[in-house]
Amino acid sequence: MENILSVLVFFPAIAGLLGFVVNKESARVYGVTVAAIEFFLSLWLWFAFDNNNAGMQFVEMIPLIPDFGVSYYLGVDGISLFIVIMSTLMTLIGMISMNIAKNIKNMVITLLFLEMTMVGVFLSLDAIIFYLFWELSLVPMLYIIGAWGGPLRIYASIKFFLYTFMGSLVMLVGMLFVAYIYHDLTGVWSFALTDWYALVLPVSYQLWLFAAFFIGFAIKVPMFPFHTWLPYAHGQAPTIGSVILAAVLLKMGTYGFVRFSLPMFPDASVIAITPIAIISIIMIIYTAMVAYAQKDMKQVIAYSSVSHMGIIMLGIFAMNAEGIGGSVFQMLSHGIVSGALFMLVGVIYDRRHTKMMDEFGGLATVMPKYALVFGIMLMASVGLPLTIGFVGEFLVLIGFYNVSPIMTILAGTSIIVGAVYMLSVYKKSFFGPVTNEANRTLQDLDAKETISLVPLVLIVVWLGVHPKPVLEPIDNSVKAMLSFMDEKAITQEAKEMIKVAKSTQEIK
Amino acid sequence: MLEPIKVSLESLNLITLAPMLIAIVGGLIILCIDLFKENLDKSLYVMLTILILVVDFGLVMGLNANERGFFDVMLIDGVSIVSQLLIVAGSILFIPLGLTSKRFHEYEYPEFFALFLFMVAGFQFMAASDNLILILVGLETASLALYTLIAMHNRSDSYEAAVKYFTMGALATAFYAMGSAVVYGLTGSVELYQVAQTLSSRLNEPGLMIAIFGSSVLLLSALAFKLSLFPFHTWAPDVYQGASAPLAGYMSVVPKIAAFVVSLRIFGMYIELGVEWVRVIILIIAVLTMTLGNIMALVQEDVKRMLAYSSISHAGFVVAALALDTTEGNTSIFLYYALFMFTNLGAFAMLWISRHKQRRFDDRFDNPYEKFAGLINIMPMGAVIMALFMLSLAGVPPFSVFWGKIYVMQAAVNAGYVWLAIVMGLNSAIAAYYYLKLVVYMFLKEPVKSVDVVYYNLSKPLMVIIGFATVATVGAIFYVQPLISYFYYMISASGY
Repeated sequence: MENILSVLVFFPAIAGLLGFVVNKESARVYGVTVAAIEFFLSLWLWFAFDNNNAGMQFVEMIPLIPDFGVSYYLGVDGISLFIVIMSTLMTLIGMISMNIAKNIKNMVITLLFLEMTMVGVFLSLDAIIFYLFWELSLVPMLYIIGAWGGPLRIYASIKFFLYTFMGSLVMLVGMLFVAYIYHDLTGVWSFALTDWYALVLPVSYQLWLFAAFFIGFAIKVPMFPFHTWLPYAHGQAPTIGSVILAAVLLKMGTYGFVRFSLPMFPDASVIAITPIAIISIIMIIYTAMVAYAQKDMKQVIAYSSVSHMGIIMLGIFAMNAEGIGGSVFQMLSHGIVSGALFMLVGVIYDRRHTKMMDEFGGLATVMPKYALVFGIMLMASVGLPLTIGFVGEFLVLIGFYNVSPIMTILAGTSIIVGAVYMLSVYKKSFFGPVTNEANRTLQDLDAKETISLVPLVLIVVWLGVHPKPVLEPIDNSVKAMLSFMDEKAITQEAKEMIKVAKSTQEIK
Repeated sequence: MLEPIKVSLESLNLITLAPMLIAIVGGLIILCIDLFKENLDKSLYVMLTILILVVDFGLVMGLNANERGFFDVMLIDGVSIVSQLLIVAGSILFIPLGLTSKRFHEYEYPEFFALFLFMVAGFQFMAASDNLILILVGLETASLALYTLIAMHNRSDSYEAAVKYFTMGALATAFYAMGSAVVYGLTGSVELYQVAQTLSSRLNEPGLMIAIFGSSVLLLSALAFKLSLFPFHTWAPDVYQGASAPLAGYMSVVPKIAAFVVSLRIFGMYIELGVEWVRVIILIIAVLTMTLGNIMALVQEDVKRMLAYSSISHAGFVVAALALDTTEGNTSIFLYYALFMFTNLGAFAMLWISRHKQRRFDDRFDNPYEKFAGLINIMPMGAVIMALFMLSLAGVPPFSVFWGKIYVMQAAVNAGYVWLAIVMGLNSAIAAYYYLKLVVYMFLKEPVKSVDVVYYNLSKPLMVIIGFATVATVGAIFYVQPLISYFYYMISASGY
């Protein structure tokens, strides 16, 4: 199947359109089925994927606006492959676990459109098409937060929309400028990323463009100090919204850095290492501390998300195979783990309609299965060895150690601080005597929740023990990208910094 | 003794006049039909008007580029063909909005349709001439017809709007006439191509700049009124509010296209001559217009007023493209308005179907935001469609206005005005807020009052129009390419 990528992108959209016809009572089953088909299609993509080919595969290109250089251009490599699979998986799991009574049909349709935009972002190789999906993803999320969220939902959803919209418009100007330079040099209009990669830009241009793209991506990640929209969005969003937001939408930002900023502006990226590392470390430590101070369980996880995104950013700017490969892996692991954690908070919220930790205590005796799953996910989030969280975090820290040992040590405290706030959540909510009478009769995980959470637990353990099948393709593509950046870099510092030699397998 | 003037018919090249004559004759035919048989239904007149405009459209399509006619006052170049096509197409799209399920006063008069056609002819004259006097004639024909059309809506607001528009319009005309007089006094000609020749040879004369300054300020003020640019925009929201929704939508697109052609001819000439401060003034006006239009739109309580301010802001966007004076910039003017037209058509049509005799929600406004609260529960399809139009106006891809915006921004970047592109980007972000406000009301709030309100006027023809606008808005990505290549070709062929 040569055009599997188009199928992957548009299948959910078409299903979403047809979904308008489906009866309200059947909408949920419809959604789960469609999401499952989409997930299997993405698995099929993995099986058909050639692990030894580091370049773009399943490339499709149809010129749309040739006079303006816009074409429908899709492709997948080791970096995007697993993010796509993770997106379809999390949509499926989210859809199964979804616990919404009001307007379920609208939710299913919205989620399907959202899935289209998510898959589209990760598969686009044309900047305008990328931007198209990127912006379009805001709309369903706005609706999900605004229609099903908490009391402040409208404020949170608009803040989310405007913040990201503003950033991406600056990025759009950057894209237009790159296209302009490309046209200036070659006489052809093109927004194709592969064409843009070939541009060798002077360092001053690189810096400006890097800044323009940085604003777009950093708000999405969200990097300190642009992270203020995220706690609101998470705090108000319904469970499914938080799951998708944390698992997939945030990854768009970090993916953007890997896909755009690094290969297009290698010299500027090297210059930006220190500032970005400092911001990342602030993100890691500061938001971890903020997380510790939260009383609301969901806010803890929201802030821990920001903290973990800091680790991912740090890895990306390590400029070596371990760091970037580890970051991409950490994107997957964070997607799965934080998604699962938000789902778990949703489970308890559905039962008690509160997320405040002081309302709980001793849940482990009432809900043992729930406590077990929560515990595993929590450990994975902290980065316990043999869980999925360890692999990415470890690789990132190793990678960044080559850049700056001191900063790495600072970043490494994230594991400690992370353990502190996560374990305190666990202690406050799960251990000790049952203090609140309302908690005594809580029901343990039901079938639906078990079905949605157990696969995630299995993945967490499987990839924690044996990450190779995923790491290998990622590593290939990352190395190809690095050697390409190495060739392209103009300045000597950049060439020295971009390390190609070492491989992740040697460490494993 | 005076020599008799001999003019051969061929030298008049009357075909250049044919499109406008069709519209005028069509208007007269409509008046005559009314003489012979009274009380004919509005549907007849709407369809006749459309047919006449279709013939008009066909004739414009058939014109050869770069011809002059009628004592050389008619100028048929690429710009005039493209803009006439847009003007006529816009008119064809907006006039069927008269076919509402409820009766409205103005559409019961055949004069409405005759005036409409005269107005179209006036706009076409503006677009198809570089003679300052003929432009004035076209401008006045069109404007006077438009004032009357607004007043025919038969509400106190509409009279207010018409009088306001008339007063402001008369002032603008006066400015225009004075500006033209200065140009004539300077160069002894009202033909812009001769003006350009004369000026270019005399540009080094001392004192000339003052005169150029005088003329361009007067002309710029006049056209800024018509284009509703800051600080001459104040009439726009009141007039939009008083006018019926179809006319308000029409006003936000078609007259502006005609006025942009005139601005392009006049200020394009000045910028071409190297009068750099004209460009600077236009850029300043553009930035102020888009920013202040946006900021004022933020605080509006009425959707129609919000759309009025938003169209001011969009005009600011486009006038910035004018200042670039590149072929891409000039192409983007027409591309932007072509794409903007479909979305605005849809948005105003959606307001129109909810038009009530009484104001049920607010004493002052017809379309307060509350009216659309919870529309998703009342009329899901309508809410989704309206949301599409709003997102398109906000510049969310892949809807139509996004492609206009991106093309304008690309033109700005190409011309070396990266800061302008960034200002445009930030303005789009501000604008997103007020468009989203309506989306939020429709999707996220509960309905306030009884529910039949919102689709009060809906009829099959209106559904067709809205459906068309939706398809054109959503599917823009598929027809942007032919539009760009055609516009670019026509505009570069006429030397802009």
